[in-house]
Amino acid sequence: MIQDKDRKREVIVKRVANELKDGNLVNLGIGLPTQVVNYIPEGVDVLLHSENGFVGLGPTPKPGEEDKDIVNAGSQPASHVTGAAYFDSAMSFAIIRGGHLDVTVLGALQVDQKGNLANWMIPGKMVPGMGGAMDLVVGAKRVIVAMEHTAKGEAKILKQCNLPLTAAGEVDMIVTDMGVIQVTPEGLVLTEIAPETTVEEVISMTEAELIISKDLKVMDV
Amino acid sequence: MNKIKTLDQALDNIKDGMTIAVGGFLGVGTPEKLIDAVIAKGVKNITLVCNDTAFPDKGIGKWVVNKNVSKVIISHIGTNPETGRQMNAGELEVELVPQGTLAERVRAAGAGLGGILTPTGIGTIVEQGKQKMTIDGKDYLLELPLKADIALIKGSIVDKKGNVYYNKATRNFNTLMATAADLVIIEAEKLVEVGEIDPTDVMTPSIFVDIIVE
Repeated sequence: MIQDKDRKREVIVKRVANELKDGNLVNLGIGLPTQVVNYIPEGVDVLLHSENGFVGLGPTPKPGEEDKDIVNAGSQPASHVTGAAYFDSAMSFAIIRGGHLDVTVLGALQVDQKGNLANWMIPGKMVPGMGGAMDLVVGAKRVIVAMEHTAKGEAKILKQCNLPLTAAGEVDMIVTDMGVIQVTPEGLVLTEIAPETTVEEVISMTEAELIISKDLKVMDV
Repeated sequence: MNKIKTLDQALDNIKDGMTIAVGGFLGVGTPEKLIDAVIAKGVKNITLVCNDTAFPDKGIGKWVVNKNVSKVIISHIGTNPETGRQMNAGELEVELVPQGTLAERVRAAGAGLGGILTPTGIGTIVEQGKQKMTIDGKDYLLELPLKADIALIKGSIVDKKGNVYYNKATRNFNTLMATAADLVIIEAEKLVEVGEIDPTDVMTPSIFVDIIVE
């Protein structure tokens, strides 16, 4: 398995980026998912949605070129691309909930074999609130969880989430530093494995039952 | 009718115990002068309706730090550690609402709707105590309208009649809050003569705005 922290994160975001299709409208969650933007393949034109009210999120502005009226959903200085559009929060979530968003990529505290996701609170410890996450996961056509496979050695891909859920049965795909897992009606299917990683390692770091695909490939990262 | 008032005149309308809806997203598009004036006046026991509690030193987060609020109806508190501390200490009541649901509850109040049906929150603790309805085989939660006594909003360009243009990402909840309160006070970043904003570019029509401060 990959040991280097930066390489782990690169594997995850590169693989997620390869999943995006030309013309997709995509929302990237705060943190690791945000970095997906740096690896979108050439020729793939993706429009980014920002919950706070626009499509066409652009790169981080250079120091001194920030516009106080343009921030991303994490309140970091942002920019917009040519052809962007601004709107209010009702429109922003009409896009999300109404089935107009092709892909949402977000992190997770836990995911389970039914595609349940927990990523918004740890009772008694950390309660940041769900923000737009519940709407994103329910509304997006495809939900991709991008996260490190374990947290401090503890499994995050479980038989059943024990933290409060963000949504039930909405996750389609899990991309980690150890592999790619598809959520199917039959259960979790490991379809790709990370370089330098064995199937046994993935199984030992995963609490959920894993079906190993007959066509198991090495992640192209 | 002259809607332009001083901050003091505007503040005469804001009393202890009111429900106040405030525009802004993590402090962007928030009426900072009005927020500071409420702190200076020492208004207490506000029920705040807002997207988030911003930061301790920015936006509505300052009300939390100064203990002007006793309850927040909100989608996100993670950027303001003081909100979480007061919640855990039992000093502040926090009702967490998914962001899209919050927007639609406010919109419903402003649009005369009795509520909205959303799939968001099904299968989570958000559904607790709420009526569920099945429409064409899909489950929805009934979420009720959310109305305020006062809305405090921020416009990038406001004309003297109260027509509003919001620049870029400052629009967020401002347009919604403007429709869902008994009294709407707008802080104008730039105040212009009537007619200077093209009617096609007006995002909040003047009919919603009661008081304008600069």
